[in-house]
Amino acid sequence: MSALAALQLAVRALWRNKMRALLTALGVIIGVAAVITMVAIGAGAQKRIASQLDSMGTNNLTIRSGSSAHGGVRTGVGTTHTLMLADAEALRELPGVVAVAPNVRSSVQARFRGTNWGTSVDGVTPEFFAVRDWPLAEGELFTAREVALAAPVCVIGQTVVKELFGLTPALGETILFKSLACRVVGVLVAKGASAFGSDQDDVIYAPLTTVQRNLLGITYINGIEVQAANRAAAFSIVPEIKKLIRQRHRLRDDQEDDFRIFNRAELAQTAETSAQVFSWLLGSIASVSLLVGGIGIMNIMLVSVTERTREIGIRMALGARRNDILWQFLLEALILSGAGGVIGILAGMGGAAALAKFSEFQVSVTMWSIIMAFGSALLVGVFFGLHPARKASHLRPIEALRYE
Amino acid sequence: MAEPIIRMESVHKYYALDGVRVHALRGIDLNVMPGEFVAIMGPSGSGKSTLMNIIGCLDVPDSGGYWLSGADVTRMNVDELAGLRNRALGFVFQGFNLLARTSAVENVEVPLLYAGVGRVQRRTRARELLQRVGLGERLNHTPNQLSGGQQQRVALARALVNRPALLLADEPTGNLDSATSVEILDLLTELNQKDGVTVLMITHEPDIATRAQRKLVLRDGTLES
Ligand SMILES: Nc1ncnc2c1ncn2[C@@H]1O[C@H](COP(=O)(O)OP(=O)(O)OP(=O)(O)O)[C@@H](O)[C@H]1O
Ligand SMILES: [Mg+2]
Repeated sequence: MSALAALQLAVRALWRNKMRALLTALGVIIGVAAVITMVAIGAGAQKRIASQLDSMGTNNLTIRSGSSAHGGVRTGVGTTHTLMLADAEALRELPGVVAVAPNVRSSVQARFRGTNWGTSVDGVTPEFFAVRDWPLAEGELFTAREVALAAPVCVIGQTVVKELFGLTPALGETILFKSLACRVVGVLVAKGASAFGSDQDDVIYAPLTTVQRNLLGITYINGIEVQAANRAAAFSIVPEIKKLIRQRHRLRDDQEDDFRIFNRAELAQTAETSAQVFSWLLGSIASVSLLVGGIGIMNIMLVSVTERTREIGIRMALGARRNDILWQFLLEALILSGAGGVIGILAGMGGAAALAKFSEFQVSVTMWSIIMAFGSALLVGVFFGLHPARKASHLRPIEALRYE
Repeated sequence: MAEPIIRMESVHKYYALDGVRVHALRGIDLNVMPGEFVAIMGPSGSGKSTLMNIIGCLDVPDSGGYWLSGADVTRMNVDELAGLRNRALGFVFQGFNLLARTSAVENVEVPLLYAGVGRVQRRTRARELLQRVGLGERLNHTPNQLSGGQQQRVALARALVNRPALLLADEPTGNLDSATSVEILDLLTELNQKDGVTVLMITHEPDIATRAQRKLVLRDGTLES
């Protein structure tokens, strides 16, 4: 029998029982739709995490001054004052280091005319903005020369703009912190919340030296941001940095580090892995419903074979070979699962679009999830259709013909 | 001498039902020549249908030999037997055995479908045969829209569509009134005489058996002569 004739036969048999065919396919439709929607949610979450990580700089390391131990008393992170600008300069020499940005932090009450706002004033060098990949919305950065001169200038984040200036233009105005007056030379673009939820735009940046000398009266620094050439380098340079700084701080082997290294790349990797696991988990839960859909197909096909035993007997008496009967039933199962797959894909995309529109979820329908879901649907059709089809094709003609 | 279309040598058939063994055929020897019209008679349960099913390659003997046009049927596998049923044999059953909810013309097309005949040719040939059995006006009727006699004509058209050499009819008029029976018998006789189709027919009624050239009587699984 030709393939086309077999296909027509299968379609016609299904068409005779439209309602039953639809209900049978429904299991696959729901399964495929669930896989596509769930994977879309997972992929959306992955994308969101990736973009948040990007905003933090995923190849970066942060070095902060650490704790000290004196006669058994150990203090917390940031309490030692041993990290120096010279340490930062020394790190530049390490292979795999692209940029180095030393910084100091302070919290102040910033004032502009009648308003005031509690925020942090961080002292940095122009390189900091390159390391963070953080462009300006307007104005310009302070220069290396202004850092050398401890000039009274600053660059501010969007939250500070909103809280201190409202609708008046900030550029060129002067902000007061304690007794220090700084002119606003630049406004940064909004960066949004960090992966930890803190507002990255609620900050004022002034030259490192300005904050050190004129605001805090210190000579040490609080931290250094190091940008590595790539993700792998970020991991490999950690021990080198450790060794170099220990040497520079003349720490004996029995002494603890007086600094801490935080590897953002490590964090990024953890977050990405967990997002991926989340994605797979959602996908596999949805796959179970696809499997259940397949069992539904098998169930109905088995009933159908029994109901149509006499028809099978007649066809065999008229010359149907085993494979003719096998293909007739297998094609029915494949059409059910294939059509169910197509409808399921449309339903899944619709579901994902609805979620994107009416919920907080970020969704992203991926091509591979569509291909995987449709492929699985067909596989399910073959797997669960084969048993009933084999059963039909192995009936003995005379017994099938006599079946009541 | 020409080769017989059916040659059987000491064919035995057993059925096992709930542990009880029924010896349905007890050594059948049979020769039927091409072009013959043979009637098989005998009391109920004597093994007529069993014999017919074996001749029709729907079932296989438990022992003995069976050659169809010289080919050894007992050595064939299921697909070869299916091919034989498709090309060499035509069946007419007492209960018609048409596919339900399928039009007359599509029913007649089924053997052509399994013979790999193309769509257009299938339709043409099926129409031709339905016209021949007098159902040219009922091509698209489904079995439940046809009378018993009409259904048996559809079955007859289906049996003949692949131009078989041998037509097997198991009580073809068993479910029909006498007037309709005569019509069907006329068709069978015409086929035998005009087209040279060999016909084997099981019947209970002696006056129907008179249509045949030869009469075989089966009793308790053996042929009387
Ligand atoms: N599938 C079967 N299983 C068990 N026994 C069977 C089966 N088919 C037939 N028999 C037995 O074999 C014997 C012959 O049956 P068969 O159907 O050939 O008779 P028959 O001559 O066609 O009878 P009838 O005129 O009533 O149709 C009977 O005793 C019957 O009970
Ligand atoms: Mg019988």
